[in-house]
Amino acid sequence: MSISDGQPAIVFHGVWKSFTRHAGQLLIRDRIKQRLHGHHVEKFHALRDVSFIVRDGESVALIGHNGAGKSTVLNLTTGLCRPDQGQVEVHGRVSPLLELGAGFHYDLTGAENVRINASLLGLSRREVNHKFDEIVAFSEIGDFINEPLRTYSTGMTMRLAFSVAVNVNPDILIIDEVLGVGDLNFVAKSLERIMEFRRAGKTILCVSHSVETLKSICERAVWLDHGRVLDDGPIARVVEAYKNAMSQHAVSAG
Amino acid sequence: MWRGDYLYLIQNLVMKDFRIRYRNMSLGVLWSLLNPLVMMGVLTFVFTKIFPNPNIQHFPFFILCGMIPYNFFTLAWSTGTTSIVDNAGLIKRLPVPREVVPITSVLSCCIHLLVQIGLLIFIALTSGVGVNIQWLWLPVVWVLEIVFVCGLAMLTAAVNVFVRDMRYVVESTNLVLFWLVPIFYPFSMIPQQYSRIYEINPVAALVILLRRILLEAAAPDGPTHTLLKLVAVSFTIFVVGMVFFRRLKPMFYEHI
Repeated sequence: MSISDGQPAIVFHGVWKSFTRHAGQLLIRDRIKQRLHGHHVEKFHALRDVSFIVRDGESVALIGHNGAGKSTVLNLTTGLCRPDQGQVEVHGRVSPLLELGAGFHYDLTGAENVRINASLLGLSRREVNHKFDEIVAFSEIGDFINEPLRTYSTGMTMRLAFSVAVNVNPDILIIDEVLGVGDLNFVAKSLERIMEFRRAGKTILCVSHSVETLKSICERAVWLDHGRVLDDGPIARVVEAYKNAMSQHAVSAG
Repeated sequence: MWRGDYLYLIQNLVMKDFRIRYRNMSLGVLWSLLNPLVMMGVLTFVFTKIFPNPNIQHFPFFILCGMIPYNFFTLAWSTGTTSIVDNAGLIKRLPVPREVVPITSVLSCCIHLLVQIGLLIFIALTSGVGVNIQWLWLPVVWVLEIVFVCGLAMLTAAVNVFVRDMRYVVESTNLVLFWLVPIFYPFSMIPQQYSRIYEINPVAALVILLRRILLEAAAPDGPTHTLLKLVAVSFTIFVVGMVFFRRLKPMFYEHI
């Protein structure tokens, strides 16, 4: 089966998304002011008419400068927010590997955090019991698993969070800037686990500042610029075009 | 989007709250007992020595029947109200069903509550109030109260995302409520034209029902159907809170 024949896993169709810059103005006082002075709330357009389809088993990188809308695409895919206009369709279980360790608490032990994090990611009691040993083994935390998280090094915390996320067994894995953490061994092991996902025919959507990492994981890239899709195609070509644009930008700015 | 195990998630989050709150306290859950006992002592002093009311038997126990529901309600409602904003990290990062957040924060207060109900039962047994068959109603009335607080917390938690003053409204309401719930006076003293209002306030209704069950050994519903009113109000508020919360939750992400 060639890739283009796969069923769509993620569909963005004419998606617009804007955020209001309220700058913390959420008290009654501010609300009344907004009413009195008319609605001059400043809006920031994160995505403007973005369309693309990711098919089952594809691994796609999102590239672009800071604020181009990469994270907004990931958050819409995860289901954290909804588009202003257009449609976002997602078929399958999504596991966000973004900002690892959401819900981790430093006074609780590693084991307690694993259970909490796994249930937040949608695992049932049975699944957690079944996978617990595997998660702990993969993280290489060892006996520290029963110690409070505040005794862990940053690398250990990241390893634990990564182990939970990859063991959720998602259909769609979302990776946001997480592969730079931990020692080289663990990075290699994480990459290996992600490649296993690819071989198993899972869909991957990935954001990273490391172009080399993206090239090793993904076959296709979507280039976002100020909320629009500038290019979409084989990763080597898109990354090349992106690099050229960046260096030109640097020259003209310098 | 999120197809997880609601019960397991709520259980994990409640246990998390409990562990964090009590692990670093040397006296642990004993702290839950201190506040009601101190308030019981103070109010008993004021209302037996300064404003004596000779008609009330077992005055310290009578106070406790008022303080425990009031304490539970104020704590659960105020933590529930700020729960969405306090858990911004979770809301911004994970597609967890948002209802879980205020409900968990209310249920976390129930651990606190269980300790206090234990105290209530202990004092009932040791002070000569005694056990009666109507005690079987106790779980029913408490569950109704929890349903009510969950509904109310969803309502105010959703509003608090958009108008952050909500928490101050809740805190002020709680202070006013101390006087409008029959904590240190009996329901029978309330003039008839106001007694209806008391019965449709679920916090007051719970106090009335607890005293009927524990002190009078009477069936909780009574001639005015206090229990039925509590059922009606609790479920109405729960449904209203849930519907309102669901309407607003898609916009939480942008506002916290």
